[in-house]
Amino acid sequence: MGRPDRIAPGDVPALELRGLGKTFHLRSGGVLRRRSTALHAVRDVDLVLPRNGILGLVGESGSGKSTTGMMALRLLEPTAGRILLEGTDITTLGSAALKPWRQKMQVVFQDSYSALDPMFTLQQVVAEPLRIHGIGTPDERAERALAWLERVGLHRGYGSRYAHELSGGQRQRVAIARALILGPSVLIADEPTSALDVSVKAQIINLLQDLQQDMGLSILFISHDLSVVRSLCDRVAVMFAGRIVEAAETEGIFGAARHPYTRSLLDAIPQLDPRNRRRRQFRSREDLAADIPVLSRAELAGDVAPSDTPRLVPVAPGHLVEARVTADPDTRSGA
Amino acid sequence: MTATEPFAPAGQTAPIVEIEDLQVGFPQLDGTVQAVRGVSFSLAAGESLGIVGESGSGKSVSCMAVMRLLRTPPARITARRLALDGVDVMAAGRRQMAELRGSVAAMIFQDPMTAFDPVFSIGTQIVETIQAHRATTTRAARAEALALLERVEIRNAAAILDSYPHQLSGGMLQRAMIAMALSCRPRVLFADEPTTALDVTVQAQILQLIKDLQDDFGMGLVMVTHDLGVVAETVDRVVVMYGGRVMEEASVHDIFERPAHPYTRALLVSIPGQEGGRRRLTEIPGASPDPSNPPTGCPFHPRCRQADARCRTDMPAMTPLGEGRRAACWRL
Repeated sequence: MGRPDRIAPGDVPALELRGLGKTFHLRSGGVLRRRSTALHAVRDVDLVLPRNGILGLVGESGSGKSTTGMMALRLLEPTAGRILLEGTDITTLGSAALKPWRQKMQVVFQDSYSALDPMFTLQQVVAEPLRIHGIGTPDERAERALAWLERVGLHRGYGSRYAHELSGGQRQRVAIARALILGPSVLIADEPTSALDVSVKAQIINLLQDLQQDMGLSILFISHDLSVVRSLCDRVAVMFAGRIVEAAETEGIFGAARHPYTRSLLDAIPQLDPRNRRRRQFRSREDLAADIPVLSRAELAGDVAPSDTPRLVPVAPGHLVEARVTADPDTRSGA
Repeated sequence: MTATEPFAPAGQTAPIVEIEDLQVGFPQLDGTVQAVRGVSFSLAAGESLGIVGESGSGKSVSCMAVMRLLRTPPARITARRLALDGVDVMAAGRRQMAELRGSVAAMIFQDPMTAFDPVFSIGTQIVETIQAHRATTTRAARAEALALLERVEIRNAAAILDSYPHQLSGGMLQRAMIAMALSCRPRVLFADEPTTALDVTVQAQILQLIKDLQDDFGMGLVMVTHDLGVVAETVDRVVVMYGGRVMEEASVHDIFERPAHPYTRALLVSIPGQEGGRRRLTEIPGASPDPSNPPTGCPFHPRCRQADARCRTDMPAMTPLGEGRRAACWRL
């Protein structure tokens, strides 16, 4: 495929997406003049979530980041590409064959209120995945649920309470306990801190850090909040208009972004220093979409064939940028 | 006394917004939710003030109270003084209040969809707002509406005039709401989390637009937000609220460079992304107080590392610290 290899030899990633795509066909017109427009929500996404690490997937609304997460979870069917969980292709597994794999990959959403059944006690909420997967006796399940509530920072007394009695941060803790009780290797977290108060956000970020390290978990952290991503993630992939346009170690993104879209995103973050206020220049989406970096082969950290079709190429070890590649080192650089 | 004289910078014109010892309660079947418990602040003409707080801090309710946007009952509002442009809004009649809202103070919200009626075009609604405050022909009002939409940097403003709210993106609709708010040339704009629901890049554009408009119109600005980054980017002075009370007030520089209140300090260090590299953050333990069952003494004491016995029983008074700084803390 000519795609740059991002996998350390001998190490099977926790989750890998290969050429993943989702095209929606929007139909319009009547019976006689039916027309179908293709909307490419996600196009040709390659993503590697290494074991024991946190990968941030950032982008704005409509970038396709949540769609990508939903496809990885097999909650939305991709129209192209493959999903590999611990090296096994789960793209086309039927629901029965998929069930054991569901234990290995769990999800936490932004709005945990809708994910927690209001009629269940929190102990039942957290124990439910064990029940669904037929694990343990009812007593064992109850005990494990209480232990998990404690592990996420809620004392056992919360076991008999209901979701509506909790604050936003506490509900998110319950959602995390419920997601992790099956001992998954992969957690997909879609904007889990976005609805939280400032003072609580740091608590949940720390909890995810701790659990990731204790369990050796791999987390795909989907967020529009670059500040949170900077503190939490080992690596970051930036999505724009359904494609990954840049991916690197976190500080490679924050310190040495190469793609114009990544730069515009970083530039928009409000600065915490009122003495450094400045006027910003804004670029339109169309302008950014048209500004595809052109890199010469000499600028790349690897041997890449010249190509007029934009694709992800390495500009430094582990740092990929979507660009056109020219043979001549004197060609102008768009990045 | 918890409330001291409202702070007003020396040498400035008469305040446009005056709030003194404001209390707002919402009676429930099982007691009263006291959302605001003795809040005082003021705003001079042309000044910009940030009101920072988390959900339940009382920041939005305080602004809605001075705009008389809270239905009473159920809300119970008391205040030593609550005024817009010198007019006591507690005594103002319905017509006078309608006049004040618009020509003295206008408000924009997080969700612009709620500010527009879905069945009328954007143009119709702005024209209606203009004509409600000024005797002008529909043609002139429409021309004014078009100019406003252009001023808020809406491309293709003529087409947007005839569009309906659902046809606009979130950022566009926020711009249209700002245009409508400006249509009566208010002297102060209350912006309640105007960018919270928007994408990062759109947020930056809207914030810059609000600042530009404030300068152009010589308008006062009250920016209500949970986001200290928004405050750092947009305002000159900051009020920090927690549990229905003002914890600290200072210039934006002092808030970031020498925060006086333990809550402000804790909030500042808990913000993610300030340093490079994956790291644990300095979190504030616990959760915001339950407004129906607030803690005794200082509302922040259950989460404060410096709290002692006095903090648990008595609310500290607002203490002036010079240079317009003030804070409510026993441990200053």
